[in-house]
Amino acid sequence: MQTTKQIMIVGVGGQGTLLASRILGNVLVRAGYDVKLSEVHGMSQRGGSVVTYVKYGPVVYSPIVGPGEADLILGFEQLEAYRALPYLKKGGTVIAGTQKIDPMPVITGAARYPEGLLEEIREKANLIALDALSLARQAGTEKAVNVVLIGVLAAQTEIPKEQWIAALKETVPPRFLEMNLSAFDLGYGYRNV
Amino acid sequence: MKQLMIGNGAVARGAWEAGVRVVSSYPGTPSTEITEFLATYPETDVYAEWAPNEKVACEVAIGASIGGARAMACCKHVGLNVMADPLFTASYTGVNGGLLICVADDPGMHSSQNEQDSRHYAEAAKLLMLEPSDSSECLSFTKEAFRLSETYDTPVLLRLTTRVAHSQSLVEPSEREEKDLGPYDKNAEKYVMVPAFARKRHIEVEKRMENLRAFAETTALNRIDRSEKRISGKRIGVITAGITDLYAREALGDSVSYCKLGMVYPLPTQLLKDFAASCDLVYVLEELDPFLENHCRAIGLNVIGKEAFTLLGEYTPAEIARVILGKEPVKEEDLLTIAPVPGRPPVLCPGCPHRGTFYVLKKLGLVVSGDIGCYSLGASAPLSSIDSVICMGASVSAALGMAKARGPEFTKKLVSVIGDSTFMHSGVTGLIDIVYNKGINTVIILDNSITGMTGHQDNPLTGKTIRGEATKQVDLVALCRAVGIESVTVADPFDVKSFEAAVKDAVASDEPAVVIAQRPCALLKSVRYTGRAVCTDACRKCGLCMKLGCPAISRKEDGHVVVDPTQCNGCGLCVGVCPFHALEKQD
Repeated sequence: MQTTKQIMIVGVGGQGTLLASRILGNVLVRAGYDVKLSEVHGMSQRGGSVVTYVKYGPVVYSPIVGPGEADLILGFEQLEAYRALPYLKKGGTVIAGTQKIDPMPVITGAARYPEGLLEEIREKANLIALDALSLARQAGTEKAVNVVLIGVLAAQTEIPKEQWIAALKETVPPRFLEMNLSAFDLGYGYRNV
Repeated sequence: MKQLMIGNGAVARGAWEAGVRVVSSYPGTPSTEITEFLATYPETDVYAEWAPNEKVACEVAIGASIGGARAMACCKHVGLNVMADPLFTASYTGVNGGLLICVADDPGMHSSQNEQDSRHYAEAAKLLMLEPSDSSECLSFTKEAFRLSETYDTPVLLRLTTRVAHSQSLVEPSEREEKDLGPYDKNAEKYVMVPAFARKRHIEVEKRMENLRAFAETTALNRIDRSEKRISGKRIGVITAGITDLYAREALGDSVSYCKLGMVYPLPTQLLKDFAASCDLVYVLEELDPFLENHCRAIGLNVIGKEAFTLLGEYTPAEIARVILGKEPVKEEDLLTIAPVPGRPPVLCPGCPHRGTFYVLKKLGLVVSGDIGCYSLGASAPLSSIDSVICMGASVSAALGMAKARGPEFTKKLVSVIGDSTFMHSGVTGLIDIVYNKGINTVIILDNSITGMTGHQDNPLTGKTIRGEATKQVDLVALCRAVGIESVTVADPFDVKSFEAAVKDAVASDEPAVVIAQRPCALLKSVRYTGRAVCTDACRKCGLCMKLGCPAISRKEDGHVVVDPTQCNGCGLCVGVCPFHALEKQD
């Protein structure tokens, strides 16, 4: 029996996680799944941790993901990817952008940005880590980090590439399409080393 | 074709399909998008507006309903408190065109100052309340609400919670049914609520409630799904509404029977009694208060509710499975563990104009009476400059109370901070109180040219309507002068020296004063800062710039300051603050 797949998209407010979830939602509907997405707007978006849940399968009830339930974590920032780890199933996959953004307790000196986060994630899960920011710059804009990461995620699924392209065309403004398609390709073609 | 739609979008779609003509709201997470979506439909279909506050919004909708149109007002839970006055009486007048009030509660307080359960309003105001579970029901319940409003001559409440309002699921949209404007007939006995007429209307209200209680027994909004299965030999039943229905179905599948209540007020009696009689054990699953549970107990049902579940925050499927199935969701040892790491609380954005304001207020050591908006983040370290936050507008009136309690000496170390939209919402009435009752308070209006926290909505001070059309702009300086404030100063919070001087003058004065801290929100498209700040070798590691709490500024091991080029937007505030000119703007 096909079961519900659960994905968590995590990052820092302002990194563009909402667009990533919109593209993902669009492609999953195209592929014929029942889909639920849950996100939280408002105060948490102001530079705080942001989390979006994406669930798909034949029938999906609850829109939220609990501890130990996620098949995949798409992390836009190292610390946020690490923070989400207890939500990952054993044997699950983490796709993580290697970008580091200091949270306020680190900036004020009340805490330190932890070392060795990616190494620890690699010990506990299947990790695909990449400098998505550089790839986004290569595509023409830092803002396309979200689409680079969606590209990496796309390559991990069985959904044909054309459907992802179609979803992109529907979700990003036409004048940025070319830049985003190239960002998607850079992510899609990324191979873990 | 089925589409993925956010709950708020589906409510908007449902209202549009139901032929709604007038919508008036004040933004408030998690309800804001409903009105934003409605403003994307053609103006010939729907008139949509942002009102200065929820009371006005509710009254506009009531007026439109009396005028024969299907009408709607949307708010967050605390906004319903502001709407309450007109709403309780609209319950007596009833409607002409269907009238829907959509309220979004925020269990878990993702973006709110309290966790109030708005279902109590349905009971208190004697109104029908519906509660959808997903986007598909958001759409169909909204349409049904307009129909019921007209059938039973009552305003209808549609209650959402954050998880329903902000989750996306599949909906099947259909076409709009044009709803002709109803006739307008003068009917004083129905719409003039003076005692003689209101007494008669109250009789109608009680009759209506009786009819609605009967309707609750048979409506398809309340649905029973029976299961023949047993858990430990017992037939289990769960009473659900809203998001808990989905959590229960995920956690319990078809191992229990469901009584899913789509209409949460008034509640059925016989339906629940029959349901309970068919089960050996009945649980009530509802976030926040024991609203359904109390009704069940009142009709003599022995149910399990808040003795097994929390009054605080949100439920989860795992918690429901733990309580009802005795199942540990995922064993502790099967969870991936992590070491304790620093949290990431929300912060003022890079380039935020409020940063300059709070830097100065902290430096001057003032007591700060705060308000609701992005600027409540001025309470967190390192700015740490806010002493209290209660509700919209309270920064001004509560500061007058502090001043009257503690006297002029204290008042000269006290300021109120309130956003431009919030000042229009309910700050101006507090300011009038200050003038009228001889207060000497200083009020700082944070004019960032937009309603920020809820995601950039226009307001009476921006000169634009919800559809982005040019309109008359309220003149803030003239308004403050008109209510009797003689000292009104406009200052740029990024010009730290003159802003500091303006605040010092204002608090020292024996007269009430307003300082308008004027600088647009850094996220507005019209704001185009260029270049980036960089910290040069002139850095003396004094740490003064760190007091700004800018997410782009941090220190190296040796104390030397560095600016993160991916975070910095070139606002230049830090450049002006550095006493050694070590921070420079570069292209």
